[in-house]
Formats: sequence, structure tokens, C-alpha cells
Amino acid sequence: MITTPLVPATGLDREHAHHLMRQMLLVRRFEEKCVELYSATKIRGFLHLYIGQEAVAVGVMQSLLPRDSIVATYREHGHALARGMSARSIMAEMFGKLEGCSRGRGGSMHLFDAETNFYGGNAIVGGGIPLAGGIAMADRMLNRDAVTACFFGEGAMAEGEFHETMNLAELWRLPVIFCCENNMYAMGTALWRSESETNLAVKTAAYEMPSWSVNGMDVLAVEDAVRRAMTLVRSNGPCFIEFQTYRFRAHSMYDPELYREKAEVEEWKEQCPIDTFRTRLYEADLLTDDELQAMEQSVAEEIEDSIAFAEAGTLEPVEELERFVYSEKQS
Amino acid sequence: MGTEMIKMTYRDACREAMRDAMHRDSRVFLMGEDVGMYGGCFAVSRGLLDEFGPERIRDTPLSEGGFVGIGIGAAMNGMRPIVEIMTVNFSLLALDQILNNAATLMHMSGGQFNVPVVIRMATGGGRQLAAQHSHSLEGWYAHIPGIKIVAPGTIEDARGMLLSAIEDPDPVLVFEATALYNMEGEIPADSGAVPLEGARVLREGEDISLVSYGSSIPKTLEAAAALEADGIDAEVLDLRSLRPLDNDAILDTVRKTHRVVIVDEGWKSGSLSAEITARIVEGAFYELDAPVARVCTAEVPIPYARHLEEAALPSVERIVSTVREALGTNG
Repeated sequence: MITTPLVPATGLDREHAHHLMRQMLLVRRFEEKCVELYSATKIRGFLHLYIGQEAVAVGVMQSLLPRDSIVATYREHGHALARGMSARSIMAEMFGKLEGCSRGRGGSMHLFDAETNFYGGNAIVGGGIPLAGGIAMADRMLNRDAVTACFFGEGAMAEGEFHETMNLAELWRLPVIFCCENNMYAMGTALWRSESETNLAVKTAAYEMPSWSVNGMDVLAVEDAVRRAMTLVRSNGPCFIEFQTYRFRAHSMYDPELYREKAEVEEWKEQCPIDTFRTRLYEADLLTDDELQAMEQSVAEEIEDSIAFAEAGTLEPVEELERFVYSEKQS
Repeated sequence: MGTEMIKMTYRDACREAMRDAMHRDSRVFLMGEDVGMYGGCFAVSRGLLDEFGPERIRDTPLSEGGFVGIGIGAAMNGMRPIVEIMTVNFSLLALDQILNNAATLMHMSGGQFNVPVVIRMATGGGRQLAAQHSHSLEGWYAHIPGIKIVAPGTIEDARGMLLSAIEDPDPVLVFEATALYNMEGEIPADSGAVPLEGARVLREGEDISLVSYGSSIPKTLEAAAALEADGIDAEVLDLRSLRPLDNDAILDTVRKTHRVVIVDEGWKSGSLSAEITARIVEGAFYELDAPVARVCTAEVPIPYARHLEEAALPSVERIVSTVREALGTNG
């Protein structure tokens, strides 16, 4: 459990507070709807829910500029929404429709969007991390003042590709912010069962990279940490932040959760990033019941609209199956 | 007026292609283990560091997965990286990046992100480097859609195909034959880029077709010359590109001579030679006057001892005797 005190909301800009709240709500409600649609067999394949971790994606994205890039994992609906990809394009993707952000070729685990520099949705644990290093290297070589945010879970920190990229990123001063979402379990394997050093920031400090841990259940703490990190990354080189968080739902759609106690899940739910933020906003007079209700209403409408869009979407003609294996334009 | 000819080795040809490309396009850079100060394990990049500096001739740590992934990421974000992997055996440490990322990203993103990366590596035996430096896995890589595979067997192609690979919008794996680096010859001074698709008839013949590529090309040509002395007129088809395979050229030569021997330094089981055989059976079965025959590497990890290595690899003698068998002229 996290014992760090929550960052007070006092003094927060009202509009910004609402923006953070709405984004987290959008991610939460969107995924709750996805569960229903999965049961209704509208969505198939794997579906990894982000519920419980919303503060991380939403908090990190606040400091990213349009020219910055994102590499995410297979649990990336939240990152895609928080980056500003439309709920429509994401829902249509999960419906396997041509109007989806990856034309239905990727599904839930492979959301891509060139317009917002969203480089996926990588479903090989650790596999996206070197890509983030390369995207940042290109920005550096082309003299673009841009940063790449690389999201991964703590499970990826046991992979060689993680360590190789950390080493290279620091050696070459690549502008990457390594965002580790430590939700305590790599699928069903607890951190202490898979890492000899469970203090992750201590582990990465060996790469001479500025590394620290942040309460990932507190959107304001995340936002604040990343704001400071961005200054560092833009001017200096990479850094690593461990966001301590928790996934409230199963690893994918269904698992018997033999690896953790129900009581533990319940305890973490008391730190729900949306509930605790709402309480702080109420206390600071930055949010009223009516405003929250209106927010819920507009989120619900946005999601319903995305479902209608996905339902009305088209299936890519089978004749196009073999497109995009190679480029259609040469050079 | 004859074309001006210049003398160079296969190694020089690879280097010249990179030099050319780097002079013409500032997005092109080379990275890999010991490509800079050391001059390259097989001296292919010798001198390039002085010419282009450490940003563009970038030495990497021993992190194949990491730096291949970084090359892929940099390619997705505007650069034209050439990644050198010392030998094909080491490329297995980067197989995740090659197969799960380079080959899939464009398709998975619905055509949004192409990957213009070139991955060069040395392949094949013949230099007593034993079982972890001598294998021929290019046929194995040719199994994978989403990447292009070339294996130049001549000096002209070593230069021209690498030039084309660097300009190509998709990932290209270039397999340079270790055994051919010292091969010297003359090529037209103005010989330029060679298309990445399309086999080439290196020697016209009427009696039998020898289908080969890469390190086996000189041996196959030598065998054809030996057979000529006995009145056997062999055609030699150099595949050059292993993915895509030039189906038409393969079937054309079969229709012409009605007999085929495939010379492939890979192991026979599940090999490129097996794929070519299948295509001949599918497309020209009734043209055959004799069963398709194959000269491949013995099914052992390549041994160190010279006589054992020689016995394992395709040899001129084995090609000649296999041809005689196919023609029914043995003994």
C-alpha cells in the first residue's frame, strides 16, 4: 500500500482539474463499457483493462507536446485516449472495423496513430522499449526538440531489451522518459517473486540515470513528477520513473486471480485514483455534484457515440488482406 | 568505347554502397558492434568513422536486441539506419525485434508506420569459424512476410543491392557471404542500384539448371565450367532475392532445361531449397525430365576442423556429381 500523502488540490486551476477528472473518467467508463461489449462478443481476442491505473496515463500526458511521441504496451486504451486519440477510432479498432485506428489489423493490443505520434500498442513485454530509444534517437539526430514517453510494466524490467535500452539511452543521452507502471504483478507473478531487487528506482540508478518513485494512484503527483522530468529530459538526457499503481481487474478479461488476495484488491480500491481525486476537488471547492454529473453525462455520450460509430463501421474487404505487408509507394 | 571497369572486392562493394548512400542522404547512418574504431569485424566499414564521424558511424555495446530495436524505432521516425550484426548467429538475439516489430509494424498499424531499416549481417561458413559463426539462416528469415531478404553472390550485386536496400521503404535484411568478402573482380564504374527483386541468369545453358544464391554462386559457376569441359551445358540462375522469390525466373529455367539442381548452403530440412522445389512442383511439374535434386549443407552444426567443414558445405565436386546423377551420366 502507498502511504505517501496525496498532493493537495488547493490552488489547482479549475478548468485543468476538470480536464484531469474527465480524462480519468473517460478511460474508466470506456473500459467498463468494453467489458460489456466483450461479453456481448462485439470485442474479441485479448482485452487488458487499465482500470485502477488511470492516473498514470492521464498524469503523464499532460506534459507531452504534440511533437512528442508515445510507445505503449498491450494495456494501452488509457494511454491512447489520454493522448487524444478519438474514442471512435479506438472502439472501431476493437470491433475490427476499417474505421479503426489500425484498420482493424491490430485490435485492443495494437492501437496506432501517426497523427498523435502514438507508436502502439506493443504486445511483446519489453518489445516496445528499444523502439522508444530509436524514436528518440531520430528526434535527436534530426534536431527536433522532442521527447518520447515509453510506458511499460514492472514485468518488462526482467527483460534483456529493457536493460539494453536503458544502457544505450543513457550512453547516448536519448530524450526518453521511461515510465514504469508497477502494478505489482507481471500477469500473475508478484514483483518479489521475479526481481532480486524490488526497489525499481534503485535498480535503474545503476545506469547512472536519474530514477525515482512516484505515487501512481495520485494524478497530481504523477503530473508534477513528469513536469519536472520533462525539463530534465529535454535539456539533459533520459530518466526513469516508477509509478506505483494497481490494476483492479484481472490480467486480461478473465482470470481466477489465484495469485492475489481479495482483501489486497479491496485495500487498493480505497486508493482509487478517481475517487481520491474527486474527494480532493470537492474539499477544495473545485468540483460540484452537478459538474460531476454533467461530466459523467458527456463521457457517457462520447462512449455511446463511439459504439454507434464502431457498429456502423465497415469491414475491410478480404481482397485487401495482403495490403500493408510492404509499402505501396516505393522509397 | 568500353565501359570503364573498376577493381574491387565484395567487401569494398559493401563499403562503397554505404559511403555512397551516406554522402547522398544525411538520414543514413551505420550502427553496430565495432563498426567504428575497430573498422568492422570483417573490415567492411573500415575508414568510414574518419569520413563520417561517430554520430553516423556509431559503435554499439553488445546489445543486438537493443540496437536493432533502436534502428527500427529511428527508421519509423525519419531516419534511414543501417544496422550491422556481426554474423547471422548473433541476429538471433535480435529476432524478437526483427520478427515481432520490423516485419509486423506496418501491417499492424494499418499502413501508418513503415520501417525503412537495413539490417546487414555476415552469413555462411568456409572460414573454420565453427558452429556459432558459420550458419546460413537466410532461408529461415525468408519465411517471414513483412521483411525483404537479399543475398548477393556477386560484387556488382553486393554494391547495387545494398544501395537499393537503403533506399527501400521497408525493412531489408542483407546477407553478406563471409566467404566472399575477399573475392575480387571488376565491375563497371558506373554500375548503380540493383533492384531488390528479380533473379538473374549468370550463365545460359541448355542441359540443366543450377539454381543458387549468395556464397554458393562462385562454386556453382565453377561447377558449370567443369561440366562444360565434359560437354554438359548448365544454366546458372542467381536468385539474389530470397524474399520475394522470383517465381517466374525459376519456372522459366525449368521449362528451358527440364532438369534442376538447387545449391543452397542452408540445411536441407525445411529450407529455401525445399521451398523452391515445392514451387517447381506446383508450377512446372510436367516440365521435369528428372527429379529435382539439391546440394545443401549436411545436417550438422558446422564443425571447426577444415576437412569436416568442407565435407559439410556444398562443394564444386558435390554439385558436379549431383548434376551427373540428374542427367544420368554418372559412372
